[in-house]
Amino acid sequence: MKRKTFLKSLVGAAAIAAVGLPALAEDTIKIGEINHYKRLAAFAGPYKLGIEMALEEVNAAGGVLGKPLEFIFRDDQGKPGEAVKIAEELMTREGAVMLTGTILSNVGLAISSLAAEKKYVYLASEPLADAITWSKGNDYTFRLRSSTYMQAAMLAEEAAKTDAIRYATIAPNYAYGKDAVAAFKKALTKLKPEVEFVAEQWPALFKIDAGAEAQAIERAKPDAIYNVTFGGDLAKFVREGGTRGLFEGRNVYGLLSGEPEYMDPLGDEAPEGWIVTGYPWSEITEGSGKVFVDAYMAKYDDHPRIGSLVGYMTVQSIVAVLEKAGSTDSEAIRAAFADLPVSTPVGDIKFRSQDHQATMGAYVGTIALKDDKGTLESWVYKDGADYTLSDEEVMKLRGSGN
Amino acid sequence: MGLFIAQILTGLANASALFMVASGLSLIFGVTRIVNFAHGSFYMLGAYVGYSFMQVLPGAWGFWTSILLAGLIVGLIGIVVEMLVLRPVYKAPELFQLVATFGVILVIQDLTLLVWGADDFLGPRAPGLKGIIRIMGEPIPKYDLALIALTPFVAFALWWLITKTRTGILVRAATQDREMVGALGVNQAWLFTGVFFLGCALAGLGGAVQLPKGGADLLMDFNILSAIFVVVVIGGMGSLPGAYVAAVLISVLNVFGVNYLPQSTLALMFVVMVVVLIFRPFGLFGREEVAGEHGQVGEPERPIKPAGQSARMIVMLGLGLLALLPLVGDSFIQVLITDIAIFCLFAASLHFLLGLGGLVSFGHAAYFGGGAYAAALLVTYAGTPMELALILAPLAAGLTAIIFGWVCLRLTGVYFAMLTLAFAQLLWSLVFQWGDFTGGDDGLVDIWPSEWASGTTTFYYLALVLCIGGIIILRHTAHSPFGYALRGARDSARQAEATGINTKHVQWVAFGFAGAMAGIAGGLFVFSKGSIFPNELEIARSFDALIVVFLGGVKTLAGGVVGGAALEGAKDYITRFEYWRLLLGLLIIFVVILAPDGIAGTLRKWAEKIGLMKREDRV
Repeated sequence: MKRKTFLKSLVGAAAIAAVGLPALAEDTIKIGEINHYKRLAAFAGPYKLGIEMALEEVNAAGGVLGKPLEFIFRDDQGKPGEAVKIAEELMTREGAVMLTGTILSNVGLAISSLAAEKKYVYLASEPLADAITWSKGNDYTFRLRSSTYMQAAMLAEEAAKTDAIRYATIAPNYAYGKDAVAAFKKALTKLKPEVEFVAEQWPALFKIDAGAEAQAIERAKPDAIYNVTFGGDLAKFVREGGTRGLFEGRNVYGLLSGEPEYMDPLGDEAPEGWIVTGYPWSEITEGSGKVFVDAYMAKYDDHPRIGSLVGYMTVQSIVAVLEKAGSTDSEAIRAAFADLPVSTPVGDIKFRSQDHQATMGAYVGTIALKDDKGTLESWVYKDGADYTLSDEEVMKLRGSGN
Repeated sequence: MGLFIAQILTGLANASALFMVASGLSLIFGVTRIVNFAHGSFYMLGAYVGYSFMQVLPGAWGFWTSILLAGLIVGLIGIVVEMLVLRPVYKAPELFQLVATFGVILVIQDLTLLVWGADDFLGPRAPGLKGIIRIMGEPIPKYDLALIALTPFVAFALWWLITKTRTGILVRAATQDREMVGALGVNQAWLFTGVFFLGCALAGLGGAVQLPKGGADLLMDFNILSAIFVVVVIGGMGSLPGAYVAAVLISVLNVFGVNYLPQSTLALMFVVMVVVLIFRPFGLFGREEVAGEHGQVGEPERPIKPAGQSARMIVMLGLGLLALLPLVGDSFIQVLITDIAIFCLFAASLHFLLGLGGLVSFGHAAYFGGGAYAAALLVTYAGTPMELALILAPLAAGLTAIIFGWVCLRLTGVYFAMLTLAFAQLLWSLVFQWGDFTGGDDGLVDIWPSEWASGTTTFYYLALVLCIGGIIILRHTAHSPFGYALRGARDSARQAEATGINTKHVQWVAFGFAGAMAGIAGGLFVFSKGSIFPNELEIARSFDALIVVFLGGVKTLAGGVVGGAALEGAKDYITRFEYWRLLLGLLIIFVVILAPDGIAGTLRKWAEKIGLMKREDRV
């Protein structure tokens, strides 16, 4: 009886899986999109809306290579192992021609490793880890969004313009936080060798003890603070730091802090004067960026987040690469990514052939309050191409053969 | 000096919400013996409900009323959960209820998302308490002081309720001997419901009261879970003063950790717990646990016996089918079954400990992940071929289990469980923190099988052989003299000792053996995925296995395997739907209520009822 039930369950599971989702009658080009729709609902939601809007536009204009484009959305529960399984299913059973998606860097790295092993093309849309295109980069993985290093270097450039010498950093205690601090240090020290880092705080991700962190930074008496915390941690840090006067008379640089996903929940407590990377959707008044914001707001009656923009650009990049490749063959797609130009709401970007990283940049500005909501003022869009390592360094990181 | 005092005050303020939530958990455990995994979910609900009330109720009056209402409403939700989900399964084997509470977590997560949406909410500031007060020149937020003042009142009210009222006397009596309380004519059912209300209300209060210091988001249920378990265990399960002292201890130490050792934030809490439990095995204020109930809960377990002739035939047939699968199925079905087989071996190894040894490990992921990391590190740094890595992985995992087991086996029951959890967390934080060696959160990637095994079908056969082999070895061990000794130690340590069995030694070996088996699963896992990340060492991973073992049936030999196959199979299908957590949670609750003996146990009973199986094996 005992083993029998085990087998029954196995066979049952197999039968369920075998039935799967019914194949669509229409002949479409399918893209496998894997994300943490539940685990990070606040980020993956707008991203998916951005994709859907772009798909509608693409298919209304006749699709790509004469066929409608279709995304298959799958939830990986935020687990790398699960994502690898789903990636296999999408490619071998669902007939996806390439993979895209993920926000969490570890899931992105897991899929990227699978992509190299099985020769699937993977466009990492949102994960930020430098490793994806550098130290763990491979032939089959490409990334759209500007990496941790690129965004940190943009802030370092701003920081180098001031007189501040003593810096404190606060970053979540995991890979992204560590990368972000290391990148900022490297870029800032290069521009201004005399800076000192007097305190490094490492709260556990989403478990920040903000009062204690604020006290610890205050104790070091820095001239400026570099913040990498985000989400709930950022809200707590802003509130405790604000209440205790930590930010008074200090320059604060916030990585991603100005993205609507993180700034909107702060409401009228958005920390004025912080210099951040973000997405000033309400302040973009012209060009393709404006067209995108208007179309998005008309369609969803809500403003776009950075995720919406990335989702939209993901589809644009895929359309561009498929059209250039002229086929859905993995090798053709991979080859077509080399120096692929794409016109997007942030301007023209290019997928660099050196490291497979797109030159999508980031908006850098100062947080200001407008109608009791945080927004960015005196912002500029910085082109990602200007904030990367030299080709020699990139070659060294990627190792030979790439 | 001023800074020192400011730091203590920050710690005390942080202890406030932690104490409220943890005391609720402690109370529920003390009386009902339920390890309520869903307690963090009630905390989250408290935050969301409190936030919603604060949006409509104005001023200071509205603010504090909102907090009370949040407690009340979450308490009422707790009653609903207790009556619908837990009452039907009080008679099930000990700890079985935690599976039901796990289902509740999933349901609450999706319902919260449905009701309040995905965006984080920043909690409103407390009216009248927005600014700071300078104490010896250091800024202290006024709300922190309010929290510091408030907590003793809550603690005192609880203390009064428990020690001075008739209800409290009954609750305390039930904590010590609930059967006797029942025999004396007290309606246990309502007592349990009442305690569940109170415990959940406290969690809700805790969630609402922290709003001005944080907010409400969808991840807070899991984020607080380990902290409150640590507090309850350090304080002593069921002890309210203990919960208060432990909450303060953890919070204050954490503040100093942040200030003087900023990298310590991941591990500090667990280090404190390990130290406390080594010196005080039942926590600071806990009493020695009365081993389970008087006798076992539910019906006595049947003696195990080897599978009969017909069962063997069917198993052989099934194995034959699996062997032929690649001829008919596509490559994804092989990937899926590889996954399921690996998970089944992992679950079976935990079942061996839990079912046969009676050793409830909450940290079994340490050995699964440990084996996986051992293999991955060998490949990454020593260029070890897959074959050797697969042999060394279980050795490394087994060794880890032997070291951890040596410490953990000094304790019993829930304290043992929590200590295994603490060690698993320590291993996790080591891997997580030591980025230069383990890759930290970015893990280790590009660990693929040797050339000959890299095809999906070849790897499928390899995994199948190793996993089924492992499961058969576990099963045979159960029938060996060692297995008998292990069960003897579980059922009556004293009698087993009297017959000359060194029970601690037997349990220790079993712990190492189960760890090694989990290590095989871990080694296979890493080669099937090509990468490994710290989340395979996380609490959630341990819980996955735990849930599956209970769901499959602790008291049936096949429990782990049946549960593993059923749940993994179901998950693969259900996660395709938008609200899959809701569906999965409801499915788990449904199975728990319908099959309190686990899937395998209940199927066996049904089969006997309708005559498919002979009843002669009944005791």
